[in-house]
Amino acid sequence: MDAVLGGIQILMSWQVLMALLIGSIGGVIIGAIPGVGAAVAIAILLPATFSFEPIVGLTMLLGIYGSSMYGGSIPAILLNTPGTPVNALTTYDGFPMTQRGQAHRALSLAYSASFFGGVFAIVCLIILAPVLALVAPHFGSREIFLAAFLGIVLVILAHRGQIMAAGMMACFGIFLNTIGLEPANYTHRYTFGQNWLTGGVDLIVLVLGLFAISQALFLMLENDSTPQAERVQGNLLGGFAELLGLKRVASVAASFGVMMGTIPGVGEFTAQFLSYTYAQKTSKTPEAFGDGSAEGLVSSEAANNAVPPAAMIPLLALGIPGEALTAMMLSVFYVHNVIPGPQLFQGNLDFVMALYIAMLLLNVIVIVFLLFSTNLLLRITQIPTRYLGLMILTLSFVGVYSLRNSPVDCAIAAGFGVFGLVLKRLNLPIVPIILGVVLGGIMEVKLRSGMARVDSPIDFVNRPISAILVLLILFVIFQHIRALRFEHQQRKLKREQS
Amino acid sequence: MEKVIVRLKTFQELFKRDRRPGDLVFAWMFLFFCGFLLINLGGQVQWGMRGSLVAQPAFWPTISVVGMSFFAVMHLIGSLSSPRIPGRMKEFRFWLRSLEYVVYFLAYVSMVPIIGYLLGTLIFALFLTFRLGYRRPTAFCVTAVFAVAVVLIFRAGLRVKIPAGQIYEHLPDAIRSFAMINL
Repeated sequence: MDAVLGGIQILMSWQVLMALLIGSIGGVIIGAIPGVGAAVAIAILLPATFSFEPIVGLTMLLGIYGSSMYGGSIPAILLNTPGTPVNALTTYDGFPMTQRGQAHRALSLAYSASFFGGVFAIVCLIILAPVLALVAPHFGSREIFLAAFLGIVLVILAHRGQIMAAGMMACFGIFLNTIGLEPANYTHRYTFGQNWLTGGVDLIVLVLGLFAISQALFLMLENDSTPQAERVQGNLLGGFAELLGLKRVASVAASFGVMMGTIPGVGEFTAQFLSYTYAQKTSKTPEAFGDGSAEGLVSSEAANNAVPPAAMIPLLALGIPGEALTAMMLSVFYVHNVIPGPQLFQGNLDFVMALYIAMLLLNVIVIVFLLFSTNLLLRITQIPTRYLGLMILTLSFVGVYSLRNSPVDCAIAAGFGVFGLVLKRLNLPIVPIILGVVLGGIMEVKLRSGMARVDSPIDFVNRPISAILVLLILFVIFQHIRALRFEHQQRKLKREQS
Repeated sequence: MEKVIVRLKTFQELFKRDRRPGDLVFAWMFLFFCGFLLINLGGQVQWGMRGSLVAQPAFWPTISVVGMSFFAVMHLIGSLSSPRIPGRMKEFRFWLRSLEYVVYFLAYVSMVPIIGYLLGTLIFALFLTFRLGYRRPTAFCVTAVFAVAVVLIFRAGLRVKIPAGQIYEHLPDAIRSFAMINL
C-alpha cells in the first residue's frame, strides 16, 4: 500500500500529468493514422524525452504505447485498414459489422474491450508487484542471460514461416551491437579503421532508420490513398453494457494478453491468436467468427490492450525488453542512469507503481477522449499517405540529428531506412534486429559476469531459476520442431490423398 | 534414384515459404555480406586476451556472424525452393528509387547548420510537397504551417539540441539571439 501511495505522489506533478495527457491523446491520434504507428512516433520522440525527468519521459512514451491500439481500431473497423499492425485481427469482425450498418456497435465494443483489457492487466500487475519484488532478486547474471536468450529464441520462433529470416535478422542485430570499441578490453571490433564506427551503432539511430525513415520512404514511393468513411452517430458507451454479457471471453482474452506480454519476444499477435481461437472454440456461434462476431472483436481487442502493461514486467524487473517498443523505452532508463532490473523492483517499488498507475490513468483519459472525438479522428485518417511520408521524414530528422548533431548518424539512419524499406517490401521481419541489438548486449555482459563465478558450464544451471529457464528453452525448441513435423506429415497425407 | 528424388522433394518442401519478387536478390546480397564479414573475422576481432572463452572480445562477433551466415544460407535455400513470382528487376528498381529521397534527406541535414532549422525545414518540406506531385496552393500552405509547427514544438518548446544556422549571425541584433535560441 505504501508503494501505491508513493507511486501516486510521484505522479502528482504537472509535468508528469501533462506528459501523460499528451502521450495518451497523441498515441490515439497516431494509432488512428494507418501507416504511422506507435513505433514510428516513439522513435521520433525518444531523443526529445532525454531532456525530461525519467518519469516524465516514460509516462509520455507509455501513453503513446498504451493508447495507440485504441486509435488503431477506428480505421480497422470503419475502413478495413488496421491503424497499427496489431489491429489486423480487429478487421475480421469489426469491418463486417460496419458493412451491416453496425459501425457504432463495433466501435463501442472495441473501446470497452480495450479498456477492460488494459485495466485488467494493470490490476493484475499491481497485485503481483510485491510477488515480483520477491522473485526478481533471485535473478542473477546467469538467469538474466538465460532469460534474454529465451527472448531471442522466442522472437525467432514467433515468426512462423519466416524463421530463417528472423534468425538472420536477430543475429544481424547481435552483430550490430558488437561493432565499435569493446568495453572490457578496449579492442576494436569490425570498425575497419574508421573513427565513425568506434562508437558503434546507436540504438536510436538504428530504430529511427528501421522504423521511421523506412516507413516514410515506403509511403512516399507508394501510390496515394485517402480512405473515406461514414460518420459515426450516437453514444459510444453502450459497449460496456454489452461487454458484461461477454465477460468470460474478455477475461480470458485479457489473461492471455497478460501472460503473453510477460514473456519476452511473444507479444500481442500470439495473445490475440490464442484468445481468438479460444473464443471461437467455446462460442455457441463459431461460424460467425470472421463475419462480424462480437465475441471475436472483444477477444482480439481485450488481448492486444492487455499486453503493453504486462510487457513492462520483464523490462522493469529484469531489464529485458520483450519487443521493439519496450526496447526503445530501455534507452530512456539508460540515459538517466536508472538501471531497470531486480534492484529497481526491490528498492524503487513506488517508481514501478507510478508507472502502473500512469497506465491506469491513460486508459481513462483515452476512453473519455474517444467518446467525444471519434469523428474528428476519422478526418485525420484521411491524410494522403504520401503526404504522411513527407511528415515522417521531416520529423525523423529531429530524432536523429538532435542526438549528437552528427550528419554521420543521419547517413547511417538513412542507410538503415533503405534496408528497412527492403525488408518491408519483402515482408521480412524487422523487430528481431532491434531485439538482437538490445538482448545481444545484455547477453554479452551477463554471460561474461555469470561465467566468471562458475567452475564449469554445468554450474551455470545449478540454481532453480536457471535450470527452469534452460528447460523452458529446450521445451520451446522441441515443441516447435514437433509442430513442424506434424505440419509436414499433414501436408504429406494431403498429397497422398489427392 | 526414386528415393533420392522423394527425399529432395521433402527437403524442398521443408523450406518452401511465401516469396515476394526480389526475395532472391536480397537473399544473395545478404549472403555476400555475411561472406564479407566472415572473411574479415580474423582481422577485425581479437582472440587471445586474458580470461575465459566467453570473455574474449571476438566471442560474440564470431557467434553472430556465424549465426547470420547459417541462417542466410537457409534463407537462400528457402528462396530457391519456393515458387517464384515475376518482377524481380521492377522491385530492385523500386528499392533504388528510395535513394532519391535519401539524397534529399542528406541535403536537408547538411543545409540546417548553414541556413538554420526553420528555413531548412521549410525548404525541405515544400520541395518534397512539390516532388510528391501536390500542386494545389492549399497543400503548400499546410506544409508551411506543418514545418513552422515542427520547428516551434521541437526547438522552441522541447529545446532539442539543433545548432543555430550560420546565417543567423547576419541578422539584426534585436532578433539574432531570439532566432539562435528558438528557430
